[in-house]
Formats: sequence, structure tokens, C-alpha cells
Amino acid sequence: MSKEMTGAEMVVEALKDHGVDVLFGYPGGAVLPIYDVLFQQESVRHILVRHEQGAAHAAEGYARSSGKVGTLLVTSGPGATNTVTGLTDALMDSIPLVCITGQVPTHLIGSDAFQECDTVGITRHCTKHNYLVKSINDLCRVLHEAFYVASSGRPGPVVVDIPKDVQFARGVYSPPHNVHHKTYHPQLDGDVTLIREAVAMMAAAKRPVFYTGGGVINSGPVAAATLRELVALTGFPITSTLMGLGAYPASGANWLGMLGMHGTFEANNAMHDCDLMIAVGSRFDDRITGRLDAFSPGSKKIHIDIDRSSINKNVKVDLAIVGDCGHVLEAMVRVWRSEAMHAEKQPLDAWRAQIDHWRAKKSLAYRNSKTTIKPQYAVQRLYELTKDKDVYVTTEVGQHQMWAAQHYHFDEPNRWMTSGGLGTMGYGLPAAIGAQLAHPKSLVIDIAGEASILMCIQELSTAIQYRLPVKVFILNNEYMGMVRQWQELLHGGRYSHSYSEALPDFVKLAEAFGAKGIRCYEPGDLDRAIGEMLDYDGPVLFDCVVEKGENCFPMIPSGKAHNDMLLADLSDDAGVELGAIIDEKGKMLV
Amino acid sequence: MNAPTSPPSPYSSATTNPNVESHTLSVLVDNEPGVLARVVGLFSGRGYNIESLTVAEVAHAEHLSRITIRTSGAPETIEQIRHQLERLVPVRQVTDLTVTGRGLERELAMVKVRGRGDNRNDALQLAEAFRARIVDATTESFIFELTGKPEKIDEFVDLMRPIGLVEVSRTGVAAISRGPEPI
Repeated sequence: MSKEMTGAEMVVEALKDHGVDVLFGYPGGAVLPIYDVLFQQESVRHILVRHEQGAAHAAEGYARSSGKVGTLLVTSGPGATNTVTGLTDALMDSIPLVCITGQVPTHLIGSDAFQECDTVGITRHCTKHNYLVKSINDLCRVLHEAFYVASSGRPGPVVVDIPKDVQFARGVYSPPHNVHHKTYHPQLDGDVTLIREAVAMMAAAKRPVFYTGGGVINSGPVAAATLRELVALTGFPITSTLMGLGAYPASGANWLGMLGMHGTFEANNAMHDCDLMIAVGSRFDDRITGRLDAFSPGSKKIHIDIDRSSINKNVKVDLAIVGDCGHVLEAMVRVWRSEAMHAEKQPLDAWRAQIDHWRAKKSLAYRNSKTTIKPQYAVQRLYELTKDKDVYVTTEVGQHQMWAAQHYHFDEPNRWMTSGGLGTMGYGLPAAIGAQLAHPKSLVIDIAGEASILMCIQELSTAIQYRLPVKVFILNNEYMGMVRQWQELLHGGRYSHSYSEALPDFVKLAEAFGAKGIRCYEPGDLDRAIGEMLDYDGPVLFDCVVEKGENCFPMIPSGKAHNDMLLADLSDDAGVELGAIIDEKGKMLV
Repeated sequence: MNAPTSPPSPYSSATTNPNVESHTLSVLVDNEPGVLARVVGLFSGRGYNIESLTVAEVAHAEHLSRITIRTSGAPETIEQIRHQLERLVPVRQVTDLTVTGRGLERELAMVKVRGRGDNRNDALQLAEAFRARIVDATTESFIFELTGKPEKIDEFVDLMRPIGLVEVSRTGVAAISRGPEPI
């Protein structure tokens, strides 16, 4: 089984052995030996990106949409530093990545050599773990360990930094077997006693709510299926974070919509007024909780998470179960069934009636227009015209991202890829490329803003090179919309540097890259134009010119509680009032 | 779950919490390159305090090092620190010796004192009372070696100050749990 080979060959061999079919990368001096090996084989397909940040986001899109580990290969120095944003993004959103970086030869490390940087030092804070491999004898073990650490437990990015002399050196490679790590042992199964206790609390709950997050998606399709089963068994309402959309179907009977800063009125009020909150794979992020000391004051809280340090980090909970969501949910279903539990019908009906009352506010409503395209309308039409297709959606970051989360609905997990924790503008296009490579026959759409898209626009070239028919749907309001919105609310409408000055002509830009450009101004023309985009077999930049001043509602103003939401109809041209609503402390939290 | 008991938000400053406690954590780690940087980086990156830190290999064949960290914070912050440390891949075990109540803490210090005449005699007498050893002497100076709890060393250093304290080098706290069992 074991074979002698060079370090560079080991890298490619390990990629094959870990089932990697697509590798994103950009060559350079310190990885030339690995590129030479890639040239002489056909099992690993290398995708040449146009910037290393794009490689990291593409690997994320690939990983999120397929459930596999995303991989990238970059050179030393700038190659490595350019991945930092993508690695941090993957760390915040728990996305499994293995990033292989070249390094200057070991004898030059520390000498400020050409294209040298302290890669392990720089990436220590933005990876789950990282390695500098100084000896060929460690390389094989480290490569296998990297895949194990990236994909197990709470997933995350792992960097393996390989000096060029180690790539040339010869050593013995053996294929991966069951890795038993010396120190790293994620806990998968929850404590049975605690699970029983949790189920008993659920059976006694009068106003329960599930609050689920990206952990359910990361745990895999079985976890999502089990979650659905548990929701059906209990009849409890369910809301989800931005990262968790699709784990429970948006068309499901118990769905409340997304929660948090731009979540629905019913979801946030249910969180505030519930008597039992069951948090599954979610981490009580500040965009979710709003004002902490007013967060769901009357509830008991159960928290299921694979990461022990997520528990009691922001919000103190009453019952914590450490384990993989999928395993714990399965055990909960088993206990619920075997003990023939049932939720209390009468209070639950009353709770649902209360929720329906909140839902009747129609918090996602907006005032449509016959003359200009409203961004919400654009997303709604896009959804209606694509929902029956096999579709994957990515986004950039900002207002368009929130409108996409509110108005595009997901019935399956792994269909929605967005930068949640880090909020990285420029994520969407490379992520769409990654998703398209994982699902070559599917429709992949990047819902974008005109500012975000320019941050990684160079990847359009990648899409052209590999004939990846990604559709970039730009909600063009000529502003960094979310920045503009906050400036309107908090800074007296002084739009400091948030106007997208000197925008390119997106149609010509698309054409310059070799893609198709479509522009649409008219609400009446929108369906036809979207149809044209969908019919085109190749990448499209769709410049959807939308209402410039539209704000994203509903919203929980910073520093406010869940039951202090602002709804759209209250806030027409209401910059002044809103500024007064948010206090000084809230302004800090933006 | 109301205001008084709620944990600090990522935005609130830990110093506003009145329940700051000092804890000693014993961290067993794989002795691999960069492991100390990971531990220290975690503290700086997440804004935790380090009052003292010692590290040395304790079992060469197993590549095992022991890091003893004195830190301070609200009880929930200390708990968070412990779990964050446990999350680091090369960390084998984290024990809060202050919580177990069985911690034995010692620190070594070398204290250089300069003086003649009465000051010299005072220094010698105090050193004897503190069971400090003389490890270097000239006609106008001493270096004392002293082991004990950090508070004892603080006290000794304070007493030496008016006599002619020149400089102090301290190891930081090393800690172990009492009784026959390992931590």
C-alpha cells in the first residue's frame, strides 16, 4: 500500500484519496512542483481562479453546496495572504476547507525571502488549525489529518503550508486509514439523560419554538430530515438563522421565516415570547439576539451544539447538549416516539393563534411600483420563475442579501450559500462558480449588489474559461445599500462614500469578459428579461436597475429587543424618527 | 435570564463586571511548534487577561508540555476561556485548579538587591525570614532566590524596595493538584 514518491506527488495522491475532484488554485513559484504533478494526471480537476480570494470562496461554495471538503492550492506570500478573507469567512461559517499553500524552501524561512510570509502565523487566527510541514516524513500524516480536522466536529478551514524543498523531497506515502487523532476528539453523541430531560421539557412546553442554524446544514441531509421529523412530531413552530435556511422547508406548515435583525415579525416575536426555545446548531450571534438583556426573557433555553464553547457564550441556557445536531435530533425523535410523548394541544393551539396574529402583520410587505423595479419584487419574480428548477443560490453581502433571504424561499438544505458570520462582499460570484462545479447541470444564481459584485468581478473570467453558466443577478441601486440605509437611520442622511460612483456599464462589462449582459429597468419587462437570462447557455450579468432609496425592512434596530421591530409601513421617509429610536449604544452595535 | 445574570456581550467591556475572579488553569498540550502562540493568541484575540504564564515540556517522549495560566475574569468568562482552550487542536486537557480547589501554586523569583551597611544586614535578615537563598553575592549586592506563592514573592519584593531593590526576575506560577491523582 505504501509507496515512495515526492512531496508534490503526495499532495495530489492525498487529494485523490480524499475524493477531491475539483481543486481551485493559482500557480506561483513556491507551488510549481505540485502544479507539475497536476499537469500529469486527470483525476483532480484544477480550476484556475483569477485571485486567491476567489479560490477560497469558490471552495466554500463547492463545499456548502455538496457537503464535501473544499480544496484550494495557492503559492507562498501574496498567494497565501490573499486567501485570508476566504479562510476567515469559512471559519466564521464553519465550512470545511483544506488550503494548501506553498512556502519558500525551509533553509530560507525567516530570511525575508522573495514571496515569503509567515503563513502559519498569519492564518493561525483564521483557521481551525494549520500546519507548517518542515519534513517530508510528516507530510503524509499532516495531509490526512488536515482533511479529518476540516471535516469533523465543527467544520472549518485548515491550512497546510509546504516549503518547496519538501515538495521535491522523496518520502513514503500511505493512504488514509481511520485517523485517530492524539488530542482532537469531537463529541458526536449527546448525553442521553440530558436528551430525555430536553424531550420532557418539550412535552411540557406551552409556547415552544425551534431556533435552528447552520449546524443542521453542516451535519448533513440526515440532520435536516430528522429535524423535519421532529417538527412534524411535536408540531412546534420553527425559525432559522440566515445560515440555516433550507434545513426546514420554507413551504412547511410550521415555518416562521428567518429570525434576527431582518427576520420576520412572527419569528422574532415568537422568540421573544416563547416559554421554551430549542436552539439547534445556532450560536446566538448578535444579529440574532438583538439586545442581550432583553433577549427572550421568559423562556427556558435548550442549546444543542457540537462546539462546547458556543454554549453560554452570549446567552446563558438552561440545558446544554453537546453533540452533532444530527445525532442529537435522532435521539430526540427516538425518545419522543418511544415514550409516546405528545405536545399539549390546547396551549399549542393558542400559541399558533398568537403567531398567526403576528403573521397577519405581513412584515415582509413593501409598497410596489409600476414605474421602477422594487428590489423585493425583483427577488420575488426571480424566485417565482426559478423555483421549479434545480437551483442553487449564492449572494454577496448587503441589502440584496437580506432581500434574497426574505423573498427567495428554500425547501432543501445546501441550496443557499451566503456569507453569514463574516459578511464578505465579493463572496457570491466565486461561491457560485464553486457551486456550479459541484452541480454542473443545475441552475446557479448569484443574487448580487452592484458594489459587492465589483469586489470579485475578475472571477467572471473563470466562469468563461470553464463554461460555467452562472447567473449574476445584480440589484443595482447605485448605493452600498446597507451602508446607505444605516447612514440614513443613524447619520442624518449624510451618505459618506456609499454612493457607487463611476459604475461600469455592466452589459458592456459582461461582453468584455465574453459573457452575456442584460439590463432591465421596467417592472413590466422583468419577467421577460429574467427568462432571457435563464435561457442563455452561459454566464450572464443581469443589471437589474432598482429603486435607489429602498430600505430593508422589517428590522430590529441595533441595541433593541426582538419585540421592538420596525416595520416597513411605519417608516416611509422616516430617517429622522429612526435616528431617534436608536440610542448611542445601539449605534455602536451597527 | 435578566440583566444581572446575563453574560457579557461581545461588545461590553469585561472590566464593568464586578465579579472578576483570578483562576489558575493547567493546560496540557502537544509540544508542537506554535502551540504556545495558539494559546497566547487565543487570549489576545478574544480579549482575555493573562496575569502569568509558564510553559515547559514535562514528558519528552510523549511531546507533552504543560502550560500554567493565571487569568482573571467573571466566572462565565473563565468557563468560556476553558472551552475555547479545549477547542484548540493540540490541547489535550484543560483543568481549572481554582475550581477544583486542590491546586498547589508556586513561583520562583530571583531578586537583586544593592546596598551597604545596615541595609545589607536588613536584607539578610528579611531573606532568612522568607527562606530566600543567596545565590550570588558581592561586597555591595546580593541575589536572592525565593520560592513560594506569588503573594509571598510580592511581599518580599516590596520589603526589598526601600533597602535597595535593583531588579526582579520571576518565573510565573507553576501549579499542580494535591493528592495522589493527576489532574
